[in-house]
Amino acid sequence: MSAHAPSYYVKIWAILCGLLVVSIIGPMAGIRVVTLITAFGIAIVKAYLVAKNFMHLGIERRWVTYILLGMVAFMVVFFGGISPDVLRHKGTQWQKTYQEPAVTHEHETPTEGH
Amino acid sequence: MEVPTGRLAVWWVLASEIVIFGGLLGAYIMHRIGHPAWANQAIHTNTWAGGFNTLVLLSSSLSAVLAHHAAEHGDGPKAARLLRITCLGGLTFLVVKAFEWTHEIELGYTITSNLFWSFYYTAAGLHAAHVIAGMVIMLIVARTAARNQELQRVENIGIYWHFVDLVWIFLFPLLYIAK
Repeated sequence: MSAHAPSYYVKIWAILCGLLVVSIIGPMAGIRVVTLITAFGIAIVKAYLVAKNFMHLGIERRWVTYILLGMVAFMVVFFGGISPDVLRHKGTQWQKTYQEPAVTHEHETPTEGH
Repeated sequence: MEVPTGRLAVWWVLASEIVIFGGLLGAYIMHRIGHPAWANQAIHTNTWAGGFNTLVLLSSSLSAVLAHHAAEHGDGPKAARLLRITCLGGLTFLVVKAFEWTHEIELGYTITSNLFWSFYYTAAGLHAAHVIAGMVIMLIVARTAARNQELQRVENIGIYWHFVDLVWIFLFPLLYIAK
């Protein structure tokens, strides 16, 4: 099930390499939104290109894609169910006593803890 | 057209792999959001080594898909050659990773240092284990493909290898770019 000529795959690879360069350079600007778009947005685009063109999901039976997306949906449910507990710092009957250290970005020696 | 049994099996394996890696990365993301101070640790991962390894895996994916193309056209020896080149990519990836980890461990950042490094070594280690497994299977497939036998296996191992590449595409920004 290989639908394209070798030159097509080389073209996709070149695009992926170009996107890799953007994903490294983009975050150097130090702007949070730019980092999110260039690092994580581009990761999604790269994943799509690999899945569609190299894994041939674009021409595979449609239900294969649905199975894989179903698994991703399970992960979204998992994230949605667990993350409120992880991200919340206090509830009606409890609170976290752990003090989050400040973000310094300086060289630190490793310490035990979170 | 039905999906051949071997390929169907690979898709099911990958469906379970999505849950394995998805669970691990989902847990990492929620903890990372909850603990902004992890940035103090993430700053020590080597972006250039991670970037180089991304390039290596993308290139190995190219050789894997070209091997598949050769197999589809009945050229087993060429497919075998390209699969071995793909393996070389996997080996390069592991060597870079070994140097990277050695340096980080020498600095004192081990799997027990804190939760960031625990996630880092677990996620990257699990991924590296998949790279090793893929390389072993690929060498076995290349051996039969060189004799023009079982050429359909080239596509199956290729799909698996692209998935390994795909996982790294997400690990790279999570572990190396998000400082």
